[in-house]
Amino acid sequence: MSNAEQATRARERTSHARDYSPGFFVKLTLMALIDALGAYGLLACWQEGATGIFCALLAILIAANYVYFSKRALAAKYIFPGLTFLLVFQIFVVVYTGYVSFTNYGDGHNSTKQAAIDALLQQNERRVEGSQAYPLVVVERDGDLGFAIIADGEVRVGSSDQPFEVVKAELDETDPTKVSSIDGWAILSFSDIVSKQSDIMALRVPISDEAADGSVRTADARVGYVYLPFLRYDPDEDVMVDTMTDVTYYPNGHGQFQSDEGQTLSVGWRVGVGMENYLMAFSDSRYAKPFFAVLAWTTVYSFASVALCFLVGLFLATILNDPRIKGRRVLRVLLIFPYAIPGFLGALIWTGLLNRGFGFVNQVLLGGAHVGWLTDPWLAKVSVILVSLWLGFPYMFLICTGALQSLPADVMEAAKIDGASRMQAWRGITLPLVFISTAPLLISSFAFNFNNFNLIYMLTGGGPRFPDASVPVGQTDILISMVYSVSGLDGSAQKNYGLASALSIVIFIIVGTVSAIAFRQTRKLEEMI
Amino acid sequence: MRRQKIITLTALAVTSALALGGCGGSNGGGDSPSPAVTASSSTTASASGNLTVWVDETRQAAVTAAALEFENATGVKVTVVLKNFDDIRPQFVVQVPTGEGPDIIAGPHDWLGELTTNGVVAPLELGAKASEFNPVSLQAFTVDGQIYGLPYAVENIGLIRNTDLVPTASEATWDATVAAGTAVGTKYPIIIAVGADGDGYTLYPFQTSFGAPVFAQNADGSYRPEIAMGGDGGHDYAAWLAAQGKAGLLSPDVTYDVAVAAFAAAETPYIVGGPWMLDQFKALNLAIDPLPRAGSKDAQPFVGVQGFYLSAQSKNAIVANDFLVNYLSSESVQYALYESGGRPPALISAADKASADPLIAGFNAAGQNAVPMPSIAEMGSVWAFWGTTEVGIIEGSLDPTPAWDKMVADIQAAIKG
Repeated sequence: MSNAEQATRARERTSHARDYSPGFFVKLTLMALIDALGAYGLLACWQEGATGIFCALLAILIAANYVYFSKRALAAKYIFPGLTFLLVFQIFVVVYTGYVSFTNYGDGHNSTKQAAIDALLQQNERRVEGSQAYPLVVVERDGDLGFAIIADGEVRVGSSDQPFEVVKAELDETDPTKVSSIDGWAILSFSDIVSKQSDIMALRVPISDEAADGSVRTADARVGYVYLPFLRYDPDEDVMVDTMTDVTYYPNGHGQFQSDEGQTLSVGWRVGVGMENYLMAFSDSRYAKPFFAVLAWTTVYSFASVALCFLVGLFLATILNDPRIKGRRVLRVLLIFPYAIPGFLGALIWTGLLNRGFGFVNQVLLGGAHVGWLTDPWLAKVSVILVSLWLGFPYMFLICTGALQSLPADVMEAAKIDGASRMQAWRGITLPLVFISTAPLLISSFAFNFNNFNLIYMLTGGGPRFPDASVPVGQTDILISMVYSVSGLDGSAQKNYGLASALSIVIFIIVGTVSAIAFRQTRKLEEMI
Repeated sequence: MRRQKIITLTALAVTSALALGGCGGSNGGGDSPSPAVTASSSTTASASGNLTVWVDETRQAAVTAAALEFENATGVKVTVVLKNFDDIRPQFVVQVPTGEGPDIIAGPHDWLGELTTNGVVAPLELGAKASEFNPVSLQAFTVDGQIYGLPYAVENIGLIRNTDLVPTASEATWDATVAAGTAVGTKYPIIIAVGADGDGYTLYPFQTSFGAPVFAQNADGSYRPEIAMGGDGGHDYAAWLAAQGKAGLLSPDVTYDVAVAAFAAAETPYIVGGPWMLDQFKALNLAIDPLPRAGSKDAQPFVGVQGFYLSAQSKNAIVANDFLVNYLSSESVQYALYESGGRPPALISAADKASADPLIAGFNAAGQNAVPMPSIAEMGSVWAFWGTTEVGIIEGSLDPTPAWDKMVADIQAAIKG
């Protein structure tokens, strides 16, 4: 037995997990780094009170350590990173979007019920009209905070349970609007005020024994004003009461406080609304009508764009694959050029080139014609497909070139010997073989174009608008850009993340189904050969 | 506070220990100091409050200067964070509920509706300071009787005139202005940015001259979500748009960039625009005139007010209020903001100082009868329909009167939800 064989034997006996070879130390280092990062993340999560992320991170960390230090999890060592990323970046995103699609999250329903109650109370506490501005200092006695104000030339002190009363105090000699000392109370310094900000903000000192007279609060610890709450929250009954009109607002099922007359308070909170967002997308005629038009265009656009790009790419690749062509390298580089320009930039450039009045195409190429490349409903669609072709064919050209060059030469030779014509060989052998190796890329290209938000957003912005639609949707809008504007993410309507998520889930299902069917078809193609 | 500090330190210790143990050397040593520095600075900062302000690049310099002054006076650290203008509002709305957002943001007043319905801004009490501000600027930041922002700039559009082409002050009516512009013989008699999506903002003074305001106004000047631009006034305006489109005076091909470039190249004596354009016209001799009316009523442009908002969940509310009400409202800061951003100040004393510039004075005069741009959340549903309908009418692809009626109906439906 040679030394090398012995070493191999030894390695086979001990698992990689227990073998203290250089590789083990590399692994140990990497895992230590990962664990260190994870531990930092865990502590940060705990500090922020993010329980969900804490648990998920902990589970992933434990799993990672088990997988890489255990003898049994050999297969998992390879798939663990991929699975983790799948979980975090795909499954979690889809599940979370699904969750949001069953809520009414959006403008007016931005946060939790408690936050909505706080905001309503904050917005509806008003300064008593025409009331005085009192110079104020924050004071403290035995840990109790209070305010000292100067009213009618006298210093008065009060705290949350004790209305203002006159006390013995001294005013600042240089600035008579400032209290310099008070009997029995300590005046807070600025740094004390800073460290007790939330307590001072929450402090209300009644101006008199009558609650209806209001209470003094301060926002800057320098001046106090008399405020009255116009809304009162009753935590036992879970209702909001308007203190002026005594109207009671009850929480309705939709995350808002509502009175018996149907009036609602402006700030609401997030609640589950079941299938409502999905129903709205399909049953509300304002959405349903453009939805199907947009769906049809999206499908046409993605198919046309992929098919055209593929055909043009394959055509050029086939031609440039012929050794008789001169300067093939230079031509290939030139053809890849559009691919080197970022897609959104390319789309923006084309917006300028295709401008009806001032664009290069109309002004120079067509001699000052007024062709509405981006404003005519049909031409805009053609323009979108052509620009997408310009952006997309180099990619197809590249992969087709690769596929053509890797075709086995013996098969072609056999075809030639059997007497197949060029065309027959191309159709019967080249095309199917190229097709098999590029089919998965075609499917992913379809999915990409189906959601090619950048191109539409930058090139036409979805326009021209449907003249008869009652939502801001246009002729060249694809589903994802329609979602963007219908749900108000572009600022053209009130934001509705619930509706946006519901439509996104619908798109996900469509793309998923099409991809699944396409993959199945490809497999059949492979089996045929 | 204490618990947090201990945890942060533990986290650091554990991390650096693990990192050092893991890579055993320079790498870990190189990594750990930077978090340690942040931690120590943040612990000292939190002891004296630590304000975070989000601004875009047009206000960064002036706010940073004011922040430094505040820091020197009070010892409170103010972190001025530069953000992309378009990111400030959505990120603020999302982050405030998580307790993570900034204490203060700078932005225009028309964000107000969205910010209040989402409960992310806190009301301010300006007290005696209120009387020192331009009343329109406070009106713009008022919802339901409460002021929600500290205004610092008031801006409106006017008619910018190239005095080399037309030395005399502009005419009061649209037709006379167009005639004067035509007489000059430049490429365009007058230029107005419309763009493919329409520009209801720039065209608004012409719309109001037909008596068709967007929303109905309450007695105190605030808007209520009741569309008021339908009816005869709206129809007359729609017909006017169609006529201008036909005459080639308005066109969706004229985007903002095209319009500004044409005026800068002296291809037109008049452009409808605001003080933000002036930077591009430095080479020209300019005067600002009030906007001509197209209908029989006054041409009332929108006033946009810029200001600072306070987060509803700021943990440093006292310091933030102090910074807003007592520092950012000072004449020096308001004037510095004007100098760095070019927007006319909202504080009356600073505005008077800025009016030494005849162009600013001209914009002030053009804004004499201006109205605040509606900040109610319903305005968000207006823009898209408004712009595209105007474009359709100008292009001639839509029939003015029915298109205008459909637009009003669509907006009403969108507002109802």
